[in-house]
Amino acid sequence: MKTNFKKIATDGVITNNPTLKLVLGTCPTLALTTAAMNGIGMGAAVTFVLICSNLIISLLRKVIPNQVRIPAFVLIIATFVTIVRLALDKLLPSIYESLGLYLPLIVVNCIILARAESFASKNSPIASVADGLFMGIGFTLALTLMGAFREILGAGKIFGITLWDFKIGFFSSSAGAFFTYALFIAIFSLVAGTIKTHKKKKATVTTEPKEEVIEEKEAE
Amino acid sequence: MEIIMILVSAVFINNFVVVQFLGICPFLGVSKDFKSALGMGLAVTFVMTLTCLITYPIYTYILVPLKIEYMEIIVFIFVIAAIVQMIEMALKKYSPTLYNAMGIYLPLITTNCAVLGVAELVIDSAQIAALIGIEATAMNMGYAVLYGLFAGLGFTLAIVLMSGLREKINRLPINKHLKGFPIAMIAACFIAMAFYVFGLV
Repeated sequence: MKTNFKKIATDGVITNNPTLKLVLGTCPTLALTTAAMNGIGMGAAVTFVLICSNLIISLLRKVIPNQVRIPAFVLIIATFVTIVRLALDKLLPSIYESLGLYLPLIVVNCIILARAESFASKNSPIASVADGLFMGIGFTLALTLMGAFREILGAGKIFGITLWDFKIGFFSSSAGAFFTYALFIAIFSLVAGTIKTHKKKKATVTTEPKEEVIEEKEAE
Repeated sequence: MEIIMILVSAVFINNFVVVQFLGICPFLGVSKDFKSALGMGLAVTFVMTLTCLITYPIYTYILVPLKIEYMEIIVFIFVIAAIVQMIEMALKKYSPTLYNAMGIYLPLITTNCAVLGVAELVIDSAQIAALIGIEATAMNMGYAVLYGLFAGLGFTLAIVLMSGLREKINRLPINKHLKGFPIAMIAACFIAMAFYVFGLV
């Protein structure tokens, strides 16, 4: 079976971005984007679990009976989350502290179960590992960008380095988390939509997207 | 007195959904109308209370004495899945009306992070003690179960508020890029601002 890696890569990072397009795994996204560094830490942890669980589930996809597949997937995921948790606690205690409660909650992160169910249980191990890797990268990128946005506006810092004294407390509060996420999904949908119409009809792009941009600004 | 402290802390100040961001998936997914929001909220409350009732003693009296605390995630997720499955079977047999009202939400609850979240939170005695204002050593099963119950009620309150807002929003003309999740999150943003005030008191 030939694997289309390019399609898996664009799917995971752009067209089916788990955070911005599929809106999966919202809890850690909202809670941990107060700083860009948290985004990288959480992203790396999720990517690791995603790759490992996709690999194992894909290898066992013909062995696991269909009726008990969800408990089996959850058990496999929980095992890897436990490994990540123990490893982080020993090797990187500062990241372990900042991820806190959301580290064990990777078990119930919908991205991982969704990929296990919709991709790994139907595809070859190599394709599943690639899917896990790129979905993880898409998740990490989205989280890091949102984290950077909130850190710059909410704390005047980037990756913990102070830029200026200007701060908008709203963006580091919980309300700011919802607002930032809404803003990012809307912008992502706008950009994706614009690119699509550009590709489809090159002749008729003149007016439509521009109007949308104006509406978008008013809505904000 | 302490019961009131736990209630205020779990329902308002540290609301599970809008302050701690736990259980966002059902909060956005099942809040399209008032009736299903209330059903989901009550189902989650019930499962959260039962989960605390079972996982707290398992952790304190089995995992800690055996020094296998690192097994907590695997054990908890299995307990939750088993509870949900048993409730589903019991409801189907003894109360078909309640099953019809709650049934479709039950399978979703296994992967609701609010349930695993509360199980993980109540065993972290230092954190939970700071949240409800008691000594860490005074933490016991009664507090754990009460916290589970009130955290569930906080979830219900948030999801019901959200469903009311969304019923109104659905009638408004909204830009197609903001429709669906983004506008729901902006609504959630206002709810979060309202709950933020409780933290200042």
